Amino acid sequence: MEDFNWKEYLKDSFISMLWFSLLLFPMLVMKITVKGGMADVTYRWGYLVVIPVSAFILSALWKYFRERQQGGDKADKRGEIAALFRRTFIENRTVKKVSIISAILIMAFYPVFSGMYNTNVMISALIYIMLGLGLNIVLGLGGMLHLGHAAFFAVGAYTYGLFFKYAGQFFVDAGISTGWMFWIALPAGGIMAAVFGVLLSLPVLRLRGDYLAIVTLAFGEIMRMVLQNWGNVTGGATGISLIPRPWLFGINVTPRLAAVYIYYIVFAFVIISIITVSRLENSRIGRAWEAMREDEIACQSMGIDLVRNKLTAFILGSVWAGVAGVLFASQTTYINPDSFTIWESILILCIVVLGGTGSISGVILGALIIKLLPEYMRAFAQYRLLVFGLALVLMMIFRPGGIIKKVRKIYRFPLDEENDAAAEGQN
Amino acid sequence: MSMLKLENVETFYGNIKALNSVNIAIDEGEIITLIGANGAGKSTTLMSVCGIVHPKRGHVYFQDQDITHYEPEKIVSLGISQVPEGRRIFPQLTVLENLDMGAFLRKDKKNIKNDFDEIFTLFPRLAERRTQQGGTLSGGEQQMLAISRALVAKPKLLLLDEPSLGLAPIIVHQIFEIIARINRDNGTTIFLVEQNANMALKIAHRGYVLQNGVIKIHDTAKNLLANEEVRKAYLGV
Repeated sequence: MEDFNWKEYLKDSFISMLWFSLLLFPMLVMKITVKGGMADVTYRWGYLVVIPVSAFILSALWKYFRERQQGGDKADKRGEIAALFRRTFIENRTVKKVSIISAILIMAFYPVFSGMYNTNVMISALIYIMLGLGLNIVLGLGGMLHLGHAAFFAVGAYTYGLFFKYAGQFFVDAGISTGWMFWIALPAGGIMAAVFGVLLSLPVLRLRGDYLAIVTLAFGEIMRMVLQNWGNVTGGATGISLIPRPWLFGINVTPRLAAVYIYYIVFAFVIISIITVSRLENSRIGRAWEAMREDEIACQSMGIDLVRNKLTAFILGSVWAGVAGVLFASQTTYINPDSFTIWESILILCIVVLGGTGSISGVILGALIIKLLPEYMRAFAQYRLLVFGLALVLMMIFRPGGIIKKVRKIYRFPLDEENDAAAEGQN
Repeated sequence: MSMLKLENVETFYGNIKALNSVNIAIDEGEIITLIGANGAGKSTTLMSVCGIVHPKRGHVYFQDQDITHYEPEKIVSLGISQVPEGRRIFPQLTVLENLDMGAFLRKDKKNIKNDFDEIFTLFPRLAERRTQQGGTLSGGEQQMLAISRALVAKPKLLLLDEPSLGLAPIIVHQIFEIIARINRDNGTTIFLVEQNANMALKIAHRGYVLQNGVIKIHDTAKNLLANEEVRKAYLGV
């Protein structure tokens, strides 16, 4: 590293040190206490040492990592190491198979060796995986910035909730267990979400980028406001309670058993979604979505129907959210509009972006991180938003593709195998 | 039978008239070129044909069928493929995926494979790069890909919008040779919009000269090449 400029490096760090000391002096060093109408200033000089030192170190680290990211002479070597790592661990089929199978096994036996609390936490994480995968279709493949995903989550949950509220008595009268309602609500939630997806698509199809984001954002808020203010139908802010848990062979389930049961239902759905989304991604329609993301005019001249294409992406994304909503309602047995705020939509967006837009494993990892970490780090709950923001900013700078960047599968034409075999023979 | 016929086509962008009573007729198996300066309305003419903008007045007939107000996907399914200006390939999709998008409307999977092979014999460069992302190709290769992508749709009429744009002269030469070959071997009718009038007129049968949205001259390519006015204005001789 001959060209490494230590002087410059130290100078920059020193300047930011001075700058931070000046900025933070009134905030951290001076402490003002008001006593009997008189302001009393105490100086905590200790901070005057802490601030410059930490500012210096942080700034130096920042510069170091920025430089590292930009390349320099070590970049090639690091690239080689990364490629080796990729070949041995990620692209190796056996390693891949073993890790997938072990992940499935761990998840399959998770409720057996963990308590009810942990199981419930994992259920919500799994539900968010479903939500993330749904948004991944719209955002990751279709390239449409959708900020109202929680609205469809709400549609699913409220389909079940309202169905129970208005038809529950009928089931009780007829002597049918209300637990059956879950199984009716599950497809119904998906269908209702699809219907609302079409409703939203109608104004949205012509929009792109920022405009699309604004409309979907507004849609999410409208849904929540309607649920909140249409009190005599939806129960308003108090929501709907005592939603039945899914039916399990007529057994009167304890909360613990119910959690385990719901866990497996959700788990099954996550597996189904993963398979479906990955199949979709490698189908012609998945590629059409990606093509649409890249160039709409070119798509049109290929004869791809943009309207239909966007519509299917929206509907499929919504259906997933709707089903997740029904699962959510049955898990918590209580829903109110506060569970479906804009924050929820942003959280799902964070899952997709942080994990890796378009990448299924990225979304799974993102959901686990974003749902599990705050749950198990309650001590730092105050800093949650700060950490979130920081994580996203760092992410955009150092790994813009997400934690697990999408690796595009190499498309092989179905009948191309003979050629490939021949090509491999030559190699 | 005429392949494509534009009858008094007038296309507007808002209040601005881009095409003024344009009449073009293309017969089966012909290469027709439309030449003109920047902003003459060449691309608008093409977009009016393929349904991306719809003419306000006049008619577009494809094989005697009025397609003036059809949507783009419908027009493609009838057998008109477009190679858009500036290539517009999908940069993150591989070469094969790009081609597959071109065959989006086709149902006969078996034949597509043969067509891919045909294309790879026409453009051996693409065969080498079949699993490479479109965006990593060079300009000339991207143009080849854009043409191939339009060809796998098995068009009866191929619309080419400035295939020479931003390419080195030697590559332009190759591209035009291939365009002529597509016409000769497959009998595909070609409607070529070009600024490079010299090259375009050399391979075309007939040509139209567009100026400010109006067809000024219409003649055989040979006559146009010899036409004093055209030579001065577009050939730079």
